[in-house]
Amino acid sequence: MADFTMPSLGADMDEGTLLEWLVHPGDVVRKGDVLAVVDTSKSAVEVESFHTGVVGPLLVEPGTTVPVGTVLATITEAGAAPPEAPVPEPVAAAPKPKRARSRGTSGPRRLRPLPAAATEQVRSPSSGATRRGWAWTSATCGTGPGRTITRDDVRRDSHPRPRVSPYARRLAAELGVDLEAVRPADGEVVRAEDVRAHAGGPTAAPAPTAPPTAPAAAPPATTPQDAMRAAIAATMTRSKREVPHYYLTNTVDLSTALAWMHDRNRDLPVQERLVPAALVLHAVARAAAATPALNGFFVDGAFRPGDGVHVGVAISLRGGGLVAPAILDADALTVEETMARLKDLVLRTRAGRLRSRELSDPTITVTNLGDQGVESVYGVIHAPQVALVGVGKVVERPWAADGMVGARPVTTMTLSADHRVTDGFTGARFLALVDDHLQHPEEP
Amino acid sequence: MTPQDARRTVADALIEIVPDADVDAFPASAPLREELELDSLDFLTFVELLSSRARVRIDEMDYPRLATLDSSVAFLVEQTA
Amino acid sequence: MTAKARSKATSSAKGPLVETTYRDALREALREALREDDRVFLMGEDVGSYGGCFAVSLGLLEEFGPERVRDTPLSESAFVGAGIGAAIQGMRPIVEVMTVNFSMLALDQIVNNAAALLHMSGGQYPVPLVIRMTTGAGRQLAAQHSHSLEGWYAHVPGIRIVAPATLEDARGMLATALSDPDPVLLFEHGSLYTMKGTLRADAGAVDLDRAAVRRPGTDVTLIAYGGMLARTLEAAEALDAEGMSAEVVDLRTLRPLDDATIVGSVRNTHRAVVVDEGWRSGSLSAEIVARIQEQAFYDLDAPVERVCSAEVPMPYAHQLEAAALPQVASIVAAALRTKG
Repeated sequence: MADFTMPSLGADMDEGTLLEWLVHPGDVVRKGDVLAVVDTSKSAVEVESFHTGVVGPLLVEPGTTVPVGTVLATITEAGAAPPEAPVPEPVAAAPKPKRARSRGTSGPRRLRPLPAAATEQVRSPSSGATRRGWAWTSATCGTGPGRTITRDDVRRDSHPRPRVSPYARRLAAELGVDLEAVRPADGEVVRAEDVRAHAGGPTAAPAPTAPPTAPAAAPPATTPQDAMRAAIAATMTRSKREVPHYYLTNTVDLSTALAWMHDRNRDLPVQERLVPAALVLHAVARAAAATPALNGFFVDGAFRPGDGVHVGVAISLRGGGLVAPAILDADALTVEETMARLKDLVLRTRAGRLRSRELSDPTITVTNLGDQGVESVYGVIHAPQVALVGVGKVVERPWAADGMVGARPVTTMTLSADHRVTDGFTGARFLALVDDHLQHPEEP
Repeated sequence: MTPQDARRTVADALIEIVPDADVDAFPASAPLREELELDSLDFLTFVELLSSRARVRIDEMDYPRLATLDSSVAFLVEQTA
Repeated sequence: MTAKARSKATSSAKGPLVETTYRDALREALREALREDDRVFLMGEDVGSYGGCFAVSLGLLEEFGPERVRDTPLSESAFVGAGIGAAIQGMRPIVEVMTVNFSMLALDQIVNNAAALLHMSGGQYPVPLVIRMTTGAGRQLAAQHSHSLEGWYAHVPGIRIVAPATLEDARGMLATALSDPDPVLLFEHGSLYTMKGTLRADAGAVDLDRAAVRRPGTDVTLIAYGGMLARTLEAAEALDAEGMSAEVVDLRTLRPLDDATIVGSVRNTHRAVVVDEGWRSGSLSAEIVARIQEQAFYDLDAPVERVCSAEVPMPYAHQLEAAALPQVASIVAAALRTKG
C-alpha cells in the first residue's frame, strides 16, 4: 500500500489546495498517471502517481488546503490485498468519539474526514476511524460541551507542528533565529546544527522580521496573484540572501543559427516552425549536459548533480507572475523536439495545467526577456538550482570577423551561477559551449 | 475573404491568445506585439491561427505584414482574393 | 558521617602498578576489611570451605578462621536476616548472596527490614550491613541465573546500590560501603570476575557518591554501569570512526543517582543513550531518561535513546543470549540515531 501525498512543488511550498480529483476509489492507475489537480500558490498542477495499483478512498475533498506531505489517498499495489471493505463515503460514516456517543449529543460534533497528518500517528489498529483515514486520535482533547471532541479539535491536532528539538528551540531564541525559516537537514526535525547553520548564514545578524521562506507568516495573500507574488518574493529573497551569485556575459553571433532556422522554417508547416528561443534552449541543454557542475542543486551544504538535464523555462503569465517549469531531459531532444516541447509547456503553463515533475525538477533555468526588448538579463538563481541563463533580444550589431566588419544578428547571454559550487572558469567554459553549439545548429 | 471576415478572424485569434484583450477598442494601427505583449511563441500561435482559419500560407518573410490589426486584415484579404 | 566524607579520591593511590583481576581485587578488599576491623565478618553459601561460588573468598577461611568466614544454610531469608541482626548489634557483616535471582528469597529482609529499620525505629537502629551479590547475563546461565535486577533495589529508599565496573572500584568500594551506617548492596557482574588489568599496589577506598566520566567526548553521552561499561567504551571507540565523539559516564552508584554528573555531561553533548542490561519497562534506564528530561530538557537535541535487554527470560542458546543483550552494534546504532 502506498500513500499518494500532497507533493512539494518547490522549495517555498508548504501547503497546497486540492482542486480536483481525476480518479475515483477503485480506479486502476499506473505510475505516471495524473491523479489530481493541485493548486499551489503559483498555478494548478497535475500531480502524477508514483505507484501502480488501485486507488483507495480519497481522503481529502476538493477545495481543501493541506500541508505538504499530507496523505491524499492510498494506492494498493497490484497483487497486494485490497482494503478490507469497501470504504464508505467519508462524510456519511462519520464516527463519533465514544464520549460524544454515550451522551447522545447533538450539534456539530460529527467528525469529518480531514487532511490530517494525524492519521499517520494513530496507532491503534482497532480504530475504525483510522481505518477509514479519519484524523481522530485518543490523544485529541475535546473542548466541546461535555469535553466532546469537536471538528476544530481534530483540525487543531492534525495540523503538523514543526518538529524542533528542545535544544534547537533554546538556541534559536538565544541567536535570534526565526525557527519558521530554518530547514531541517534531515527533512524532519530541526536540530541545533540546523539552527547554527541558519544563523551562520550571511545575513545572520538581524533576524528578518518576516521570514522570507515562510510566506504563510506574511500578511495573508488576498488574491492568487498576491500569493504568487509572495511566493516569488520568498524564493528570490532566499536566493539573494543565501546564494553568492557571479555573473558572466557573452555576446553570441546568431547569423549562422538564424539562417539555418529560416531555412528549416521554409520547409516546415507553420505549427512546427522554430523560434530562436528553441535554438537557445537546445544549445543550453547540450552545454549543461557537458558541464555537470552547473546542472543540479546545492542542498545541505553540498552540490548534488541533477538526475538528467531538465531545463526550466521562465514563463511569464498574463496577469502577472512567473513560472519556470522544466523541459525534462532536454539534452536528448532535437531542436524540433525542443520547439514542440516548448510550445506545449507554454500552452499548459498558461492554461494552468502543469505536471508536478515539471515544476519540481528543473536542474538549470533559462530566462529569455528578448521579446520584451532588453539586451541582457542578469537573473536571480532559482535556488536550490545553481545556475540560470539570461537571454536578451536578438539585435543587429556591427560585428568584426576575419578582419571585416558586417552587420550580424547577435544576442547577449548571461550566466548567473552559484559561487559555492563553481568558479568563473567553469561558467566561462559553459558559455563558450553554448556559443559553439549555436554556431553549429545543424548538429543534433 | 471580406474585410469584415478578415477582421473577425484576426480579432478571434488575438482573443484566443490574450483572453482579456479588448480588441474592439484596440487601435487598428498600433503595433500588435508591443501593445498586447506577444512573445515569439504567442506570435507564432497568431500566425498559426490565421493560416489555418483563412487557409493561407504565411511564410516568415510575411511576418512584418502582420504588424498591426489593419495590416493583418489587409494581408488576409489580399491572400484570399 | 557520610560515605562521602570518609572516602578517598579514586586517583589518590600512587604506588607501583600491579597486574590483577576483578576477582582478586574483590578478595583483597575483603581481606583488608577482615584484617583491619574485628567487627567485620563474611557469611553466605559456600563462602568458606568452597571458597565462594565465584572463588572470591578463596583462602579467606584458612586465613581468618570459621568465626569470621562463615558458611550458611541454603536460606537467603535466614542469613540475610541474621546479618541485619548482627549489624544492629554493632557488627559489620558482609553477606554474600550467590546471585541476584536468589536474593528474591531475601527480599522481605532487605526491603522490609534492612532498608526501613532506621526509619521505623525513630533513628535508634542503623543497619550497617553490606550485601554482595552477582548479577547479569552473558555466561549461558539462562533464565535461572542471568537477571539484572539491581534496578529494582535502586527503587528502594534506605539502601545504597553500587556496581563496580573497574578494578579500582572492585578494590575500593567495599571499605566505603562498610563505613556507611546504612545498608549497601554491592552488585558484581558475573562477566567481570576474570577481567584483567593493573591497579596501584596501595589502591584503597573510593567514594560511593559520584558517577565517573570514563571517556570524554562532545557529541553524545553514553550512560552505562557494571557489566555494560566495557562494551559501551568499545562502542564509543567505534563511534569515533563514525565521526561521533562519545562521552562515557559510568554510574558506579545506582542509588542515589549522581544527577549532576549525568546531566552535566548531557548539557555538553545534547544527546544521550542509556545502556542498561535490565529490562526496559519500569527500569533504571527509564529513571535516568526521566531525570535527564526533567533537568536538561532544553539542552536535548534529540530524544534520549535506550539500549536494554530484550524483554524475555534470558535464553540459554549462545546466539539467542547475545541477541537478547545490548551489544556494541546496538549501542552504536542508538547513538547514531540521536544524530538524526
